[in-house]
Amino acid sequence: MNCYSVKLNGNIAVDDTILVKDVEATAGSKMLEGFKPLFSAEAVTRLENKGYKVAGKTHVGEFGLDLVGEFSHYAEKEDTLKGAAASLVAEGEVKAALGVDMNGSCRRAAALSGVDFLKATYGTVSRYGVISCAASGEQMGVYAKNAQGVKEIIEVIAGEDDKDGTCLKNQTYDYTIGDVQGKKVCIVKELLQKCDDAVKANVTAYADKLRKCGVEVEEISFDIFDTANTAWQILMTAETCNNVSRYDGVKYGHRAKQYKNIDELYVNSRTEGFNFLTKAVIMYGSDVLSKNRYADCYDKSLKVRRVIADKFAELMANYDAVLTPVCSKTAYERYDIKDAFVKVFEESVFTSLSNLIGTPAFVSGGVQLLGKAFGEATLLSLANAVERMGE
Amino acid sequence: MNYELVIGLETHVELSTESKIFCSCGGHSAANEPNDCVCPACSGMPGMLPVMNKRVIELAVTAGLMLNCEISRYTTFDKKNYYYPDLPCAYQITQLNHPICTNGCVTLKTSLGARDIRIKQIHMEEDAGKLVHGGKFSFVDFNRTSVPLIEIVTQPDFRSAEEVVTYLNKLKSMFRSGGISECEEGAMRCDVNISVRPEGSSEFGVRTEIKNMSSFDAIERAIKYEAQRHMDALEFDTEELVQETRRFDDVSGKTFAMRNKETEADYRYFPDANLMPIIIDDEWLEQIKANKPAAVDEKAEDYRAAGISDKEIDMLISNHKIAKLLDDIVAMGCNAKDGAAWILTDCAGILRKDGKTLGDLTITAEKLFAVTNMVDKGDINRNAGKKILIAVIEDDVDPVEYCKAQGLDKKVDTAMLGTVIDKVIAENTQSVTDYKNGKVKAIQALFGACMKELKGAGDPAAIKTLLEEKLK
Repeated sequence: MNCYSVKLNGNIAVDDTILVKDVEATAGSKMLEGFKPLFSAEAVTRLENKGYKVAGKTHVGEFGLDLVGEFSHYAEKEDTLKGAAASLVAEGEVKAALGVDMNGSCRRAAALSGVDFLKATYGTVSRYGVISCAASGEQMGVYAKNAQGVKEIIEVIAGEDDKDGTCLKNQTYDYTIGDVQGKKVCIVKELLQKCDDAVKANVTAYADKLRKCGVEVEEISFDIFDTANTAWQILMTAETCNNVSRYDGVKYGHRAKQYKNIDELYVNSRTEGFNFLTKAVIMYGSDVLSKNRYADCYDKSLKVRRVIADKFAELMANYDAVLTPVCSKTAYERYDIKDAFVKVFEESVFTSLSNLIGTPAFVSGGVQLLGKAFGEATLLSLANAVERMGE
Repeated sequence: MNYELVIGLETHVELSTESKIFCSCGGHSAANEPNDCVCPACSGMPGMLPVMNKRVIELAVTAGLMLNCEISRYTTFDKKNYYYPDLPCAYQITQLNHPICTNGCVTLKTSLGARDIRIKQIHMEEDAGKLVHGGKFSFVDFNRTSVPLIEIVTQPDFRSAEEVVTYLNKLKSMFRSGGISECEEGAMRCDVNISVRPEGSSEFGVRTEIKNMSSFDAIERAIKYEAQRHMDALEFDTEELVQETRRFDDVSGKTFAMRNKETEADYRYFPDANLMPIIIDDEWLEQIKANKPAAVDEKAEDYRAAGISDKEIDMLISNHKIAKLLDDIVAMGCNAKDGAAWILTDCAGILRKDGKTLGDLTITAEKLFAVTNMVDKGDINRNAGKKILIAVIEDDVDPVEYCKAQGLDKKVDTAMLGTVIDKVIAENTQSVTDYKNGKVKAIQALFGACMKELKGAGDPAAIKTLLEEKLK
């Protein structure tokens, strides 16, 4: 399986949505063909300063919009149903990998490949050098074999950066892995109902392991995930539509050979450069921002974001984490790109909430632990406890 | 029928900052070649994020204070989407929902008397780049991209082209004196919203907008042309007026409708998630207020009250650097009128000899004050002061040390003066005789001889008095 779009020599894989100086970065899109950035992402630089080396750029689905990377312009079709970076980590080819968590693709890939992935609290990791789509909810995250491995990397890349105004200032981070005895975790009934039996069984088994570690686990009803998903898909498509509009064939990347004037240059370049899913996202995002729809779609989603953040904070006053599935199945089959928009929308119900409100999410053992803002240490501790059980 | 003209203005002003609004590139005025002042951020490359230039906020607030606006304590940026090759991100970062200043007012004095123009809002935004068309291709120059602008939007309160031009001149002189903008050619651009209604009517007529004009003369001609076009349409049914955007053709002196495509776009504004909301707290606002230059009118009054001439006031008001230099030495204890003379006459004269202007003046307030203070205290006379000033401007010497080194600070006591004067009287018998015979002017020669003898030291007034006494 060929996971790299560009192979280098090192121990950290970097998704192709993240820039490494002078190395072609395409975000899986033909539109960015040949684009070589003049600088590296802040996280990459921090890792390099600590002696880590970039192993290569890993395939991603175009702009990270698909399920797990199945619609990359560059990857071989059969190679992509578990996510390229996650596969490399699972195979032990690299120590860890960086990915951009924007609409769940990294978390799904980690779950299907059986590796860990942390999306930290919004503002933790600098977005400088991320090929940005949905600025208000995307965060760079870390894949590693286990919680200890994730901790090692996040401690290097977390923290203030002047080059990113959304990166939090004067915030201290604690990723200490500690005792989980007496912690409280809940399982959301409504999310389990969206999954097949194998996934349900996996979540139940994980809950049992937590109980054996002294964690209290209970099933509750908390029916806000669909609303959170709809709101995030609206904000995400709108922001993506706007952020990919700079890829117009004028400055860099793909330019159509045939055009008679500037409008044709735009239309032809973009028609050839973007895949069907990106075009669907652009159409949807453009629609929700239009004069007629703005108040009912975009603006309402911003309000929903605040309400959901409050409701989730209320829930988290009583629990240390929420245990959820990441995907509705344990494996994806190949499917037609024309169905991608709807498929991704449906699967993102498990992941959207943490993008919408900026809270941390941790994938381990094929399940997901959602935490409160800056509650990463608790999530790492819970996952670590389960991972250490067999030892 | 008599008609009334109703005009509202949107004025874009380029701010005088050292760097662009969201990156550290220098302003385009620093550029020699196309794309000299460009980085991955202002050329729209992926991975770069906008980082707010704090100075832009301070200048926008200062402009708001000058125009008597309410200053928003919470201000945000929005993205305005449209495709054009000179707009590298295909969106412009601007302010729609929470502009930095609102509800201001400026008083105009025109031939029609004093009138208030209400300011609806001032917002911050980035400029676009520019296209250079040549042969088969068009070229994109991003030097101007992301240069900071403020847009000042008025209510439809103007009633004549004269008022519009007065307003623009006032903005220009305020912003220059306040260090907000140099307001050079092209750094101030206007969109004019114009309609015409029967006098006495309270309804607005059909409004047209004339876009993007920068010369005040063109603005005045455009308004006059457009007003006439509207009045002809109303009076003689020459055409049906429609709400539209027009451009002014400088050569023909006429306005033309722009293509609909350019004007009916849905810009799909939405908040920019890369820029956190800006909170202007009391402390920051007070700091900006404290640094705010006095408003132009107020300042002119202060200068006038200090006895500075109108001509000198104009020079000061139009050059904030010079005005600040004067304010600074006055704050140190220099008399304002004397200070103005030192700067506008002496410094300017010294610079002129080298083919320079006051804009090239680099003297610090401390050094200038050291010179004026030595003169004021009577340590040296004004001529000696001017000698020192030349050395300071040309070679940046330390005034006090230079004065000592050149022996210009020698105190001349009355006894010594007496000796010198006696000597001069003895050696210039012809002039003494002439003077005593009624040729009053002859004293000048004697005075000059004294000064020569004293090598420029001594108080000229005292010398003159003593000389006159001795000649009696």
